[in-house]
Amino acid sequence: MTTTTGIAFQLLQSLFVVLIAPLLMGWVNRCRAWLQNRRAPSLLLPYYAMAKLFHKDAVIARDASPLFRLTPYVLFGCMWLAAGIVPVLATALPFAPAADVIALVGVFALARVFSALAAMDIGTSFGGLGARREMLIGFLAEPAMLMTLFTAAFISGSTQLTTIVNTLAHRAFEVHPSLLFAAVAFLMVLLAENARIPIDNPTTHLELTMVHEAMILEYSARHLALIEWAVAIKLFAYMTLGIALFLPWGIAAAGDWAALPLAVVALGVKLALAGAGLALLESLLAKLRLFLAPEFLSAAFLLAVLGMLMHFLVRG
Amino acid sequence: MSLSAQIVNLLAALLLLIGFAMLAQRRILTLIHLFAWQGVVLAASTLIVAHGTGQAHLYFSAALTIALKVLLIPWVLHRLIDRLNIRWDVETLINIPTTMLIGIALAIFAFALATPISQLASTITRSTLGIALASVLLSFLMMIVRRKAVPQVIGFLAMENGLFFAATSATYGMPLVVELGVALDVLVGTFIFGIFFFHIREQFDSLDIRHMEKLKED
Repeated sequence: MTTTTGIAFQLLQSLFVVLIAPLLMGWVNRCRAWLQNRRAPSLLLPYYAMAKLFHKDAVIARDASPLFRLTPYVLFGCMWLAAGIVPVLATALPFAPAADVIALVGVFALARVFSALAAMDIGTSFGGLGARREMLIGFLAEPAMLMTLFTAAFISGSTQLTTIVNTLAHRAFEVHPSLLFAAVAFLMVLLAENARIPIDNPTTHLELTMVHEAMILEYSARHLALIEWAVAIKLFAYMTLGIALFLPWGIAAAGDWAALPLAVVALGVKLALAGAGLALLESLLAKLRLFLAPEFLSAAFLLAVLGMLMHFLVRG
Repeated sequence: MSLSAQIVNLLAALLLLIGFAMLAQRRILTLIHLFAWQGVVLAASTLIVAHGTGQAHLYFSAALTIALKVLLIPWVLHRLIDRLNIRWDVETLINIPTTMLIGIALAIFAFALATPISQLASTITRSTLGIALASVLLSFLMMIVRRKAVPQVIGFLAMENGLFFAATSATYGMPLVVELGVALDVLVGTFIFGIFFFHIREQFDSLDIRHMEKLKED
């Protein structure tokens, strides 16, 4: 593989992720509408909504500091970076050595800190409330996430995502109890980190129960559009990370460009199923009380730790 | 590693997971369901070991597990809590996340303890000995942190499950006579506990065993 094709592929993949991410959001919303017997909105609705927001004039609170204006761009940049690290279509990513899984968790943490700071910047009560809740969830979800990733890292002997996925995707079939535990823990972290139902309701209009929405109440127009876009990319990055770690079959190996079309099809099918699964899960579950969130996340942490221990115990 | 050993490992992991779920569970009814599921996992792993090693008596013990621990004892417990009219939340001495953390520490302890022992064993299931030990300790923890009598008994029964699994993983099971004896003991024990529950409630108007710690009326 020449470096230029590698870099070109890397850039193309990041662009692909950024452009396709709202489509996944639209698909999840559509599935959820079907499950709830509502008329489903268009698949492209997230794009229309963002286009509309980009055309509006931004209104910013009088007391807002530059941090408030900066945050949407930081969020968007963080998520784009994360999407660049995760192997989506192929494991040949020349930029991936810049950041391993620990740095990936760090990138998500950076985005979280910025959004929490921006929420408190305005000084409204809902912003502060949302920021505190977000940090409560974040500080519990992060260790669980790290433990999950460590389990996969132990199996492949590297914290480099491309190496992990390469090892996991191209090996003889083996039942890994540790990976099973890690997968369940990862799913729980995914739900918590992306403000999905048992922890937070992405479509809520009730300010008192909001977590993520409460933080972005003050944003409008292009800032809001960027944040929505970043949220979509985050969900996409998490889902593709889960797919890459636990269902990696079909991903193209380094330098194997002929496998790329197959990888696109495989990714499409897996994402469609994962999106439908997420919608199903969200329709089946009820939102937990906020005070039960630590219990939910400590269960995720427990599963992840058990997975890691299991790896040491049974060597697999 | 052969496929049957892999599946046994997976089932062992599930057994441990159910142990943790029981530790975290607040409702008695769900606790009984989890206990029944633990029996199912136990029977499945016994069947696979029996199939993988050709030990015929393990088929009997799997059948015994299904009959007793999946069907009969859960049914008896169901009747019991119906009669006693208890379905609401279980009180724990320590809050649940802390209990889970103690559980993790216990699991690490059990794994560390079992690793040198399991290296001496020659069975295909030797790596699951640590898991069996961990589930015994977890059931023990459950008996310690629960306040009410019924969850304590379920913890006791779950401990027996863990011991049974340990026997299967370390030595391909105990002789059939011993297994029959243990099964009968567990059954009789459950009935005796059932009778005890009624007596405890008659005496103290509650199943909270704190009342039994006081020696005289005040």
